[in-house]
Amino acid sequence: MDMQPLDPAMAEFDVQTDEILINMGPQHPSTHGVLRLVLRSDGEVVTEVTPHIGYLHRCAEKIGENVSPRQWIPYTDRMDYLAGMNMNLGWALCVEKLLGMEVPEKARHLRVITCELNRIASHLVAMGTYGLDLGSFTPFTYAFREREKILDLFEELCGARLTLSYITVGGVTSDLPAGWLERCEGFLQEFMPIIDEYHAVLTSNEVFIRRCANVGVLTADAAIDYGCSGPVLRGSGVDWDLRRDGEPIYTRTYEGYRFEVIAQTNGHYPQDEDYPPVPRAAVLGDSWHRFYVRMLEVVQSVKLVRQGMDFYRRAAGSCGEPVKLSQKLPKGEAYLETEAPKGQMGFMVVGDGSAIPWRVRARSSSFCNLSAIGPLCRGCLIADVPAILGSLDIVLGEIDR
Amino acid sequence: MAEYLAQYITPPWLAYLLVALVQCVLLLAVAVVVAGGYTWVERKVAGRVQDRLGPTRVGGRFGWLQALADGLKLLCKEDLVPGSADAMLFRMAPYISFCASFSVFLALPFADGWVAQRLDVGIFFILAVAGVEVFGVILGGYASGSKWSLFGAMREAAQVVSYEVPLALCAVIPVMAAGTMDLVSIGQMQTGWLSNWLVFHDPFTFVTFWVYFTCATASVNRAPFDLAEAESELVAGFLTEYSGFRWSIFFMAEYASMFVVSGLAAILFCGGWNGPLPITSWLGLTADNGPILAFLGNFLGACNFTAKACLGMIVMVWARWTLPRLRIDQVMTVCLKYCVPLAAAMLLGAMLWTYTWPNGLILKSVRLLPAASQTPAVSTASAPGAH
Repeated sequence: MDMQPLDPAMAEFDVQTDEILINMGPQHPSTHGVLRLVLRSDGEVVTEVTPHIGYLHRCAEKIGENVSPRQWIPYTDRMDYLAGMNMNLGWALCVEKLLGMEVPEKARHLRVITCELNRIASHLVAMGTYGLDLGSFTPFTYAFREREKILDLFEELCGARLTLSYITVGGVTSDLPAGWLERCEGFLQEFMPIIDEYHAVLTSNEVFIRRCANVGVLTADAAIDYGCSGPVLRGSGVDWDLRRDGEPIYTRTYEGYRFEVIAQTNGHYPQDEDYPPVPRAAVLGDSWHRFYVRMLEVVQSVKLVRQGMDFYRRAAGSCGEPVKLSQKLPKGEAYLETEAPKGQMGFMVVGDGSAIPWRVRARSSSFCNLSAIGPLCRGCLIADVPAILGSLDIVLGEIDR
Repeated sequence: MAEYLAQYITPPWLAYLLVALVQCVLLLAVAVVVAGGYTWVERKVAGRVQDRLGPTRVGGRFGWLQALADGLKLLCKEDLVPGSADAMLFRMAPYISFCASFSVFLALPFADGWVAQRLDVGIFFILAVAGVEVFGVILGGYASGSKWSLFGAMREAAQVVSYEVPLALCAVIPVMAAGTMDLVSIGQMQTGWLSNWLVFHDPFTFVTFWVYFTCATASVNRAPFDLAEAESELVAGFLTEYSGFRWSIFFMAEYASMFVVSGLAAILFCGGWNGPLPITSWLGLTADNGPILAFLGNFLGACNFTAKACLGMIVMVWARWTLPRLRIDQVMTVCLKYCVPLAAAMLLGAMLWTYTWPNGLILKSVRLLPAASQTPAVSTASAPGAH
């Protein structure tokens, strides 16, 4: 092994200590895509983690400044490709805010149904891959088995399984096909008992608890400081969910819906009596709590989908008319954050009077959540790095855009 | 058999060589078939655990030729040695592992007298030679020139070497109860009903069995102790830079040693080739009724032994596909803080038990020490070429 001490790629050999630098990624099984983490480690103990991003950068924002808002919808699908509906919704609502539009009642409920289904799918992936990160393969197949059924429902709805482009500026692209609601209800009925199975294989599994309880503790203050959002923020005990606390144009979508924001307050999770208790080893803000929040949110999403289907059945009228491609955007800007499965997804659009936005920007929740990994991983073991990274549930398509 | 052949073949050493060759080929075949067949079993069991089918295409309905297809694929792959690897050590490492884990089969009896080389210290030989396997892994990880491989090798060194202590302690307990280190004799002592199994000999051996199985799982690097090749952390650990045939050699070595530790569990604790019911003696397939019936009885016994060893391996698969992986500090905690003290306590307990009730207390039928008449018979029936 010839080591060239002056080779900058081998700079670590200049540092005459026991520490080594390790590249985790961009090709690594548990970096959830093409993330590169540079670990500085002393044996098994990690002293520093530096995330390097940008391997999936596709200039999505710049493309958005060259196409009309509706044409940019497919690009939003490819941000958080595990939750395309929520990405579509964020952008559609943002443009609607700029245009001052209101969508019809029916479209509103369709948006809730599809977004919450996609939230379930996204959390299932998070759960399954978290199992993989901890070396347990089986939960992954269980999670994907159910996720597949959600994707089948989406396929029936709009022809696509991941890159959906279903929600669009001005409503949704099409109404539900015949019998879809019954099939969706059938899925939810099958799905509810399976959640207990997930809790059995992971949440209350002794080895699982030992691997992720008290690992990567993110205090509430630190979570807020780093701009964390979504389950990462709520896992730290901050009771904050944009579906309830967001801007009116977004919360109006969820008007009339009843759901709980899953965050531990006063030592309890809302309606947690049906689920495995919080283990004694777990500390608020650790990986276990982040995981648990997602598992409980899945149940809330099921409830939301059920309510949405009820509302949809009662709603009259059309499901919305997508805006024309030549629709002029008024001068001015709009910024809106929505509660995507991974956290607060913000979109910004600046109009200059033409049909093409003058500026488009996206604020990624995964980016902010990932930024906390440095302090979270300080002093942990190498095996804890995937455990912490997986609990943050990042998706690189959204970080790099 | 070698003595018999030596009467006709000159020089006599040729006869011994011939017999040894036959046995080697037989054992290699058994070990390779075990490894290949077992990968298929693992895929099928894992499939069922995960609510899917597993292989279904290759070789008919149940995909039973999947292992062969995989082997062919691996043979066809490019033989790759990384530029920064120490090429000689890198090439050598798989064979060290392979030789170590396959040499163990030399002393592993499949049935009464069905052993390539009957050794008075069989269990000692197995534990010692199986321990060499870890050198191949460490060497492979070190020689790969990859940091991930190095981490895998470090973990393997720490883990396997630690787990050999409780493993050996656990193996000593049935040896003490039986009074011999000869695996064939230990097996012969457990003839008859289930109650003659050493696992039911006394409460201490019963506990020891579970400790042994835990340590055995850890010492052959199976999940939840598969830290040396922890996929989600170390990419593939010491195997990261290996591909194709070299990889498959490591793979076969791993599966062969899984079979060995499970087989050892069967012999030391679960009666070896003696079933839960004394079926062979019911059917009259014993040595008293002539060599052919004895052969048939031994054949049944070998099947019985293989089934027990496979059961142990299936439990390992079951655990692998159910449990998340432990962390290195937790693995060491399990070993040093729980397994070693527990095994030591069991050793003490078993010692006192054997001292207090030399003929057994609860299950008196167990023959604790080989009868005086049995010992010479054993040595004359020993394997060819032994002396």
